[in-house]
Amino acid sequence: MLKQKESLIAGWGNHPAEVCHVYRPDRVRDITELLAAGGEHNYISRGLGRSYGDTALNAGSGVLLHTQFARFLHFDEEQGILECEAGVSFEEIIEHFLPRGWFLPVTPGTKFITVGGAIANDVHGKNHHVDGTFSEHVLDLKLLLASGRIVHCSREENADLFYATIGGVGLTGVILSARFKLIPVESAYIEVDYIKARNLDHAFELFAKTNDQYQYSVAWIDCLSKGDRLGRSVLMLGNHAPASKVKQADPLRIKKKPKLNVPFNFPSFVLNQLSIRAFNFGYYNVLNKNAVGKIVDYDTFFYPLDSIHNWNRAYGKKGFVQYQAVFPPETSRQGLTEMLKRLSESGRSSFLAVLKSSGEQSKGLLSFPFKGYTLALDIPVHDDGLFPFLRELDEMVMAHGGRIYLAKDSEADPATFAQMYPTLGKFQQIKASVDPNNVFSSSQARRLGIVEESR
Amino acid sequence: MKNVLILGATSGIAKALAYYFAEQEHNLLLAGRDLEELQLIAQDINIRHGVEVTVHKFDALDYDGHADFFTTCLEAAGELDGLVLAYGYLGDQKRAENEFAEARRVIETNYLSAVSVLNIAANYFETRKDGFLCVLSSVAGDRGRQSNFMYGSAKGGLSLYLQGLRNRLSKSNVSVLTVKPGFVDTKMTFGQPGMFLVAQPEAVAKAIYKMILKKKDVAYTPFFWRYIMLIIKSVPERIFKRLSL
Ligand SMILES: Cc1cc2nc3c(=O)[nH]c(=O)nc-3n(C[C@H](O)[C@H](O)[C@H](O)COP(=O)(O)OP(=O)(O)OC[C@H]3O[C@@H](n4cnc5c(N)ncnc54)[C@H](O)[C@@H]3O)c2cc1C
Repeated sequence: MLKQKESLIAGWGNHPAEVCHVYRPDRVRDITELLAAGGEHNYISRGLGRSYGDTALNAGSGVLLHTQFARFLHFDEEQGILECEAGVSFEEIIEHFLPRGWFLPVTPGTKFITVGGAIANDVHGKNHHVDGTFSEHVLDLKLLLASGRIVHCSREENADLFYATIGGVGLTGVILSARFKLIPVESAYIEVDYIKARNLDHAFELFAKTNDQYQYSVAWIDCLSKGDRLGRSVLMLGNHAPASKVKQADPLRIKKKPKLNVPFNFPSFVLNQLSIRAFNFGYYNVLNKNAVGKIVDYDTFFYPLDSIHNWNRAYGKKGFVQYQAVFPPETSRQGLTEMLKRLSESGRSSFLAVLKSSGEQSKGLLSFPFKGYTLALDIPVHDDGLFPFLRELDEMVMAHGGRIYLAKDSEADPATFAQMYPTLGKFQQIKASVDPNNVFSSSQARRLGIVEESR
Repeated sequence: MKNVLILGATSGIAKALAYYFAEQEHNLLLAGRDLEELQLIAQDINIRHGVEVTVHKFDALDYDGHADFFTTCLEAAGELDGLVLAYGYLGDQKRAENEFAEARRVIETNYLSAVSVLNIAANYFETRKDGFLCVLSSVAGDRGRQSNFMYGSAKGGLSLYLQGLRNRLSKSNVSVLTVKPGFVDTKMTFGQPGMFLVAQPEAVAKAIYKMILKKKDVAYTPFFWRYIMLIIKSVPERIFKRLSL
């Protein structure tokens, strides 16, 4: 029988940290034997732990690492269809397929995530407005159910289970493998235009004007600006650069850059009000003019933070939370204005605040983004006052018909969640049909009442 | 080096070695009992590195089948440039003390079966006058300890056998590398209490690969285990026998 390691683990925000029983199976039958033996109350899968809160935690119970399930199973060179085990990371996909002219159809702001994690959170990228979420490029997947049975799910086969699994935060079963489409690219570079927006209205205007010209778009907001300047930001708009515009011997490769590392948790005063202010101000002012037609490599464009390993430690031992909300188009302006105001009034400034326009909702039952605008914030945990504050934000988001993202949440309550996700009931019904005893559960799922407390 | 046969290719270190060999553009023959698992590894390596990888059923305890197995591998590859023997069976010391069947399985898997298959391979490489044998023994074979001497004695026997083989093959330009891994982060050690300085299999594989190229004789990996074992070996028996190791 597989051995477990009792470990204190956390999501990327380092908050909360919980003692879990960590298993590292290396064959599928290790998992089925484990489930059959019933040694733990329940289990949750864990990819690379890049969710911020307690999505991939299971206090006092089983956590299944997917490290050993990281193999490519098949690649169709003609159509760019890749089949791989769920533990394969986006980094490895890029490493092996970009030099052959293929890139990920959708990628979040870090490449250190797994295919399983990308499906279970139905992640989105800077191209949500045109290409939707990652799962929309998934053709099918293999799911190991609580019963030990392995089922094949797609839009045609076991469709209900498919739509419950994408965005289903690991609660329907263990995703073993998936088949998805890569996109053909001519180079490893992105042609980017940087445009400054004076304030939130201007940013909206620019998004609306540019959305159909750029595959990728995102805005970095200075969250300390107030009044007329509230929401002033830098829009980064990009498209894959054609090979002809890249002045490199091999346009599909980029130079390896040295990695920086944050070796330990910074003391919390490092990221105080002042340094956050300086950072936000600095970023906006570095670009003194709009910059057009810049060619940057994919790493710089998609994964600016990945070049600093363990950057999350810069927030200190107490960690930080990410807070991401999406608002529908009708209430976006009002909602975001209120949110930014609250944030700057509260003195809980964000180091990073990212605004983007999102496209149509995917059919994943607990999938996050829908049409409108989303704002993501990093807020350091300095004191207990943060959590009441986040609940205020939740209220506000709810009042505007918005919702928050499970991959980032570590504080919401069941009522809030149920209101934000009207298809929760349907999800629970499907879960009950494949996992009546809640063999799959997580700290977050219990906190939010997605899964009944069963122990 | 071109074609490398790996026996016990699903084990942690062997797997890491296979990937490293493939990255250096060697074709691979992966052998073991779990064909399904081997097939997964083979496909993955092929997609990543574009080298040829074939899988072969190998049962260590089927001595009678070893000659045919080796011939099949040779036929598949044309010729072999090296062999890695990476399988082993840790067994349960307590059980092995009480049930001979368990003791026998430990000794046969770790020692006798290795002798059987290495004899065949040695003859092939001796006539070919080129190539390498890389065999995973264990630091447990350096000194008998009450907690695992069944396994240790078989690995110790294996290490001695390899010494002799190295002596015999040195004039035929065939190198024989005895690898003695310390704690490596594999299924065997994950979650096991009392583990310290656990090395990553990828780092171990890289070190082993270098040792093969340099035609080294004995490799402790990570290297500091040589010194740990030096100390352990130098404790006088009079004292050692009273320690609870
Ligand atoms: C710097 C940074 C930037 C980010 N930017 C974005 C962004 O732009 N857009 C976005 O959408 N997200 C973003 N994220 C969040 C991240 O993409 C998601 O949290 C993602 O799910 C993390 O994947 P993971 O492999 O680390 O999974 P984990 O965090 O380990 O797990 C996430 C969920 O997936 C489940 N899971 C993992 N593997 C399996 C499996 N094999 N079977 C079943 N369930 C499984 C877990 O149970 C858990 O519920 C960002 C995160 C960071 C750190």
